[in-house]
Amino acid sequence: MKAQGRVFKYGDNVDTDVIIPARYLNSSDPAELATHCMEDIDKEFIHQVKKGDMIVANKNFGCGSSREHAPIAIKAAGVSCVIAETFARIFYRNAINIGLPIIECPQAAQDIEDGDEMEIDFDSGMIYDRTKGTEYRGQAFPEFMQKIIRAEGLINYING
Amino acid sequence: MGMTMTQKILAAAAGLDAVEPGQLIEAQLDLVLGNDITSPVAIHEMDRLSDKKVFDKDKIALVMDHFIPNKDIKSAEHCKCVREFACKHEITNYFDVGQMGIEHALLPEQGLTVAGDVIIGADSHTCTYGALGAFSTGVGSTDMAAGMATGKAWFKVPAALKFNLTGKPAKWISGKDIILHIIGMIGVDGALYKSMEFVGDGISYLSMDDRFTIANMAIEAGGKNGIFPVDDRAVAYMKEHSGRAYRIFEADADAEYEEEYTIDLSTLRPTVSFPHLPENAKTIDEIHQEIPEGLAIDQVVIGSCTNGRISDLRIAADILKGRRVKKNLRCIVIPATQAIYLQAMEEGLLKIFIEAGAAVSTPTCGPCLGGYMGVLADKERCVSTTNRNFVGRMGHTGSEVYLASPAVAAASAVTGMISSPEEL
Repeated sequence: MKAQGRVFKYGDNVDTDVIIPARYLNSSDPAELATHCMEDIDKEFIHQVKKGDMIVANKNFGCGSSREHAPIAIKAAGVSCVIAETFARIFYRNAINIGLPIIECPQAAQDIEDGDEMEIDFDSGMIYDRTKGTEYRGQAFPEFMQKIIRAEGLINYING
Repeated sequence: MGMTMTQKILAAAAGLDAVEPGQLIEAQLDLVLGNDITSPVAIHEMDRLSDKKVFDKDKIALVMDHFIPNKDIKSAEHCKCVREFACKHEITNYFDVGQMGIEHALLPEQGLTVAGDVIIGADSHTCTYGALGAFSTGVGSTDMAAGMATGKAWFKVPAALKFNLTGKPAKWISGKDIILHIIGMIGVDGALYKSMEFVGDGISYLSMDDRFTIANMAIEAGGKNGIFPVDDRAVAYMKEHSGRAYRIFEADADAEYEEEYTIDLSTLRPTVSFPHLPENAKTIDEIHQEIPEGLAIDQVVIGSCTNGRISDLRIAADILKGRRVKKNLRCIVIPATQAIYLQAMEEGLLKIFIEAGAAVSTPTCGPCLGGYMGVLADKERCVSTTNRNFVGRMGHTGSEVYLASPAVAAASAVTGMISSPEEL
């Protein structure tokens, strides 16, 4: 499985309140949540994001509230992958559980810049920055998590 | 290798003699929690399961607390969805308007959380129950759905940080000052993926409410859980509130900690976290030094799963008694549960708040996450006893939240500036 797209770059501690503000949590519809994705940190995001694009951020991405609405909104906005130096642990679980690919890769997260064109090979874990001509190896998931991701989420995994 | 409190609880719940940090385990759950925001997503996920039955109707708690009493039509639809699910599955611990309270104040009060339990909740502040010696952690809605269906969850066994609390805190220093100090020290990702284990003789000076506040905010340092040893005070609390059997797990003498910190509680000062991260902690003295003219505020909120308990309200009432909320400042007091609300009424605290010019509300998470009951406008500042001060957390992205103890919040409501009760 591969993904291709343009990067939206953010800094440290992007919290789930800015990914999807609580004033929109009266809905649980992915398409509706997507229309407010990243609204409180980047009002232009939702107008510019195209299917396949990626979010790259620094430390502790997805900190704060456990709202699964955050990875749901990101996925429904068309984002193919989130790369960060580190993820907050609840966001990390939630992303895997709903089948949103995420990769911890400190070097890539530090080097990659806003607007870079990227390619990711999920099978090999390789990250290619086509704009810069650089490549990185992301941290592989443990086998247990790979099974959940292959099943496209925890519920399908449980259903067998 | 020895194990920490958390590791021992997880080993027991996974049916293993020993576990080590990094190990993936599957643990039996004693309680699965959800609220009116996270449960609808979980219920939708459960509908996709081939087996749609809940694992145990007594071990699921559904608490309508965030946007309830319903703030708008969509919130009403969410609550209706959860209410129908609770009826259909005969969920014993379903709490709706009239019985509900803020989940993390309500569940210990109802005796649903005791030492040795393994608890997941689709709410990040589920880590609160570590105050009683339980392993409890926040998850998302899909984990909640899987937990409701199977009674199990997977965990990566966390490494641990040890916080040795020594000495007696001074008057007005509460659990909130302690945890804001700790988050200021280690940062919002200082405990990422790890357990925060609180030990030391200083704990004996902390009320259960103080401990709930400290464990509650473990997540604000990125922690997987926060946990306290079970002492006589914790046992007395559990006996008062619960008929359930509890199990006490103690850390081994040779348990391994990645870092150890010692905090002399007697040296702590009233502490406030400035926008827009809980790690931006400053003592009241630093604030006065940096901003000699004072920092004017527009609103004070006293409540939430962090600080809406009876001792929080008593401290606030002690300060507000015979005083008035500053003109043009809004002070909103929210008892966290119906029992706390009733007790505050019987003790005359509500009268003190109302006579001081504060608004008193039925239990709700409301303003903490910018839902309703105290949303901020552009450029407004709020001193709040809640747990997060992210951009836009309580309303407009141009508003500011200053996290503080009930004592500092109440004193600030009187002066209209960020103030310590010592200054009144």
